[in-house]
Amino acid sequence: MTQVPASWFLTLSAVLFVLGVAGFIFRRSVITMFMSIELMLNAVNLTFVTFSYELKQVDGHLFVFFVMVVAAAEAAVGLAIILTVYKSRATLNIDEVNSMKN
Amino acid sequence: MDVILFLVFAIIAVLAAINVVVQTHPIASAVSLIGVMGSLAVLYLLLGAEFIAAAQVIVYAGAVMVLFVFVIMLLNAGAEVRKGRSFMASLLGAPVLIALLALLAWFVERIYPESVGVHFGGFTGGGPEAIGRALFTTYLLPFEITSILVLIAILGAVVLARKEID
Amino acid sequence: MQLWLIPLLPLAGFTINGLFGRRFSKGVVNAVAVGSVLLSFAWVLKTLIALGVLNTAYSEHYFTWIQSDAFSVGCDMSVDRLTAIMLLVVTGIGSLIHIYSIGYMAHEGGYYRFFAYMNLFMFFMLVLVLASNYLLLFVGWEGVGLCSYLLIGFYFDKKFATDAGNKAFIVNRIGDFGFSLAIFYMVRQFGTLDFGTVFSKAPAAPESALTIIGLLLLLGAAGKSAQIPLYVWLPDAMAGPTPVSALIHAATMVTAGVYMTARSFAIYTHAPMAMEAIAVIGIATAFFAATIGMAQNDIKKVFAYSTVSQLGYMFVGVGVGAFSAGIYHLMTHAFFKALLFLGSGSVIHALSGEQDMRQMGGMRGKIPWTCWTMFCASLAISGFPFTSGFLSKDAILLAANHHAPWMYWVGTITAGMTAFYVFRAFFMTFFGDYRGHEHHPHESPPVMLVPLVILAGLSLAGGYLFKVPEFLGTIFPTLEMPEDFGLMAIASGAGLLGILLAYVMYVARPGIPDAIASNLRGLYTLVYNKYFVDEIYDAAVVKPVVGGSRLLLWKGMDAGIIDGMVNGVGARAKSIGGALRMLQSGNARSYATWVAFGGVLVIVALGVAEGVTR
Repeated sequence: MTQVPASWFLTLSAVLFVLGVAGFIFRRSVITMFMSIELMLNAVNLTFVTFSYELKQVDGHLFVFFVMVVAAAEAAVGLAIILTVYKSRATLNIDEVNSMKN
Repeated sequence: MDVILFLVFAIIAVLAAINVVVQTHPIASAVSLIGVMGSLAVLYLLLGAEFIAAAQVIVYAGAVMVLFVFVIMLLNAGAEVRKGRSFMASLLGAPVLIALLALLAWFVERIYPESVGVHFGGFTGGGPEAIGRALFTTYLLPFEITSILVLIAILGAVVLARKEID
Repeated sequence: MQLWLIPLLPLAGFTINGLFGRRFSKGVVNAVAVGSVLLSFAWVLKTLIALGVLNTAYSEHYFTWIQSDAFSVGCDMSVDRLTAIMLLVVTGIGSLIHIYSIGYMAHEGGYYRFFAYMNLFMFFMLVLVLASNYLLLFVGWEGVGLCSYLLIGFYFDKKFATDAGNKAFIVNRIGDFGFSLAIFYMVRQFGTLDFGTVFSKAPAAPESALTIIGLLLLLGAAGKSAQIPLYVWLPDAMAGPTPVSALIHAATMVTAGVYMTARSFAIYTHAPMAMEAIAVIGIATAFFAATIGMAQNDIKKVFAYSTVSQLGYMFVGVGVGAFSAGIYHLMTHAFFKALLFLGSGSVIHALSGEQDMRQMGGMRGKIPWTCWTMFCASLAISGFPFTSGFLSKDAILLAANHHAPWMYWVGTITAGMTAFYVFRAFFMTFFGDYRGHEHHPHESPPVMLVPLVILAGLSLAGGYLFKVPEFLGTIFPTLEMPEDFGLMAIASGAGLLGILLAYVMYVARPGIPDAIASNLRGLYTLVYNKYFVDEIYDAAVVKPVVGGSRLLLWKGMDAGIIDGMVNGVGARAKSIGGALRMLQSGNARSYATWVAFGGVLVIVALGVAEGVTR
């Protein structure tokens, strides 16, 4: 067998996605949560490229392109927000940034 | 041969992802994440997505992660302190994740009964020429809007992160 | 013939005085109020003259008020001989009392309000009298009850006056409840409320139904005409101004019950048990009220109990089948009782508000006109031979004897008591030495005296001028009775005995009443305190109803259930909101968990949908 079944790629993508969700739910540091978000986005990118291969169309690649652009922008702004929150709260623990409580 | 390539880099990706989630110090997580992105780039090559693979390495691993590392350095973030608790997360977290994984895997198996085989050269339409053509014809509008989005993001980041001039 | 003008003229007076009276001068208010009633009286005369002999009823139909399948009620008015008498009494005596009020109320506040209410009362009373179906009669019935309440409580800053007004209205309500039930039963039985139709169908109806209707109507009449057990409001109603007592509680409103039962004679003649009930209640009330009247010291209270007693006589007349005699007494009673009240008003006016007879005395020299007109009325009410009261009372007593002799004897004793207490009041007020403190008792102005004189003349001669029994012979079935001079003599003798006794006790030997009172202390206290009936009612009926209502209906139903439901909805919303609030913990990780959970649900849902279609 010299060919990799495409379903394996999708399974890998699912695993990476679930790991990203796990990181988001269980970690308390804000930066690590952000990295989990990036992980999730990468998993989705893999899915897009896989389907693009299967359908033999380039549109999936274009989606990934845009996801990357937006992810980069989001990372920039998000990290700027983290800096601001750190400046006012002096903490990187998400459980302590809960003034929206109730 | 392709299978071996896939397996090796898939396992590296998974292990690195687990490391991202498990490590307490953010810098370790960041480095692991770079590892994930690198292996994913190889997998993209396997799938014939040459441009995307290059973009992954240059943009994601080269720019975004560097940004992360810089911020970690600026904030002098230390190892995470286990303070605070979330009732919901501890209660539902694990079951939900397991359920999610199971569902997704099951769906994949059901929807993809006969797998399309992936090998090098199976898809040749992923080069820069194809991407550029599609980008400037079919996807012109999203392209332009995304450029504005990036501009806004730059402005936002600059405004948020600047120091107050006393 | 424009019958509608008769009630509408006083209504116009009410509207004008009610809306604009505040800005009018007294003269304008007088002109509007008295003028409207006088015009109404004039129109009555014109109508009656135009109608002539009135062997049959004359009706006018104005509009259909209720139309529901087979049941319809119209706004119909009709005039027959009975209506004619009532119209003359109401508008005639009403006019005299309005003229009297000009003088009596001259120094009182709320002048225009008084006349507005009096006009409104005239309107409702005339509607009651002219109605030719039970529902329109009921409209007038309720309306006069309302005006009675408004006028009794005229001095609304005095608690005892407003309490009396409430009492009158509430006790009347009980009677009205009976009347309403009677109307419902009539609709069920006859399918209509029109007098003509009901009375023509009555002979064919089963006696049980007629008896029930009759007894329920009797309940209503007992409330309005102050018979046992619903008489308690009338003595308290003396809290209103004296012209009100004269008009409403002597001449017109309280006679509405008698009128209504007489009008319904077709029902009653075929329900002997109900008629018997009327007679028994009537004679009992007459006797009972007379005993109370003998011991009262407030001059208006004496006449109030006298009214209750005389109304009992009228009910006896109706109950034994002598309907014309009952109406005859209604008319003559209107003359002399109105005169007694107006006269007592004149005395009160002369003494600047004193009503207790123990503070009066020797007034005959100072207010002679009042004194001798009241003397005429006292003679009439005592049944002194050849006065109007004598003729009507004798008619009733003879008929009572024909029906059941014991009623005659009770009635005669009551006649004696009537003479006694009326002349007791007369002698205590006008004879002897003046026991009060007023320095300048003065005679009333002519505007008050002229009605007194007119009424005095009617009290003496009215029985001859208006021969009611013959006049009503075409309407009511006549009672064949031999003229028994022996019984007439006994009845008159009882009256003269009463006068003599009063003279002896209050003029010749003034010490006797006190001696009797101290010897019969227990009996005297019982009678003086009206047999404690009000207290009994209060304990047995009022307090349980109010207490039960407070506990059960207010606290249980209203506050507990209804408020509980409404507040419960709010509390439920609040608690649900409180529970949902827990979701907003401010914790990002729990939010993420919820999102993931929701995502799992969505995937499951999509999978299920997919499975279904596949």
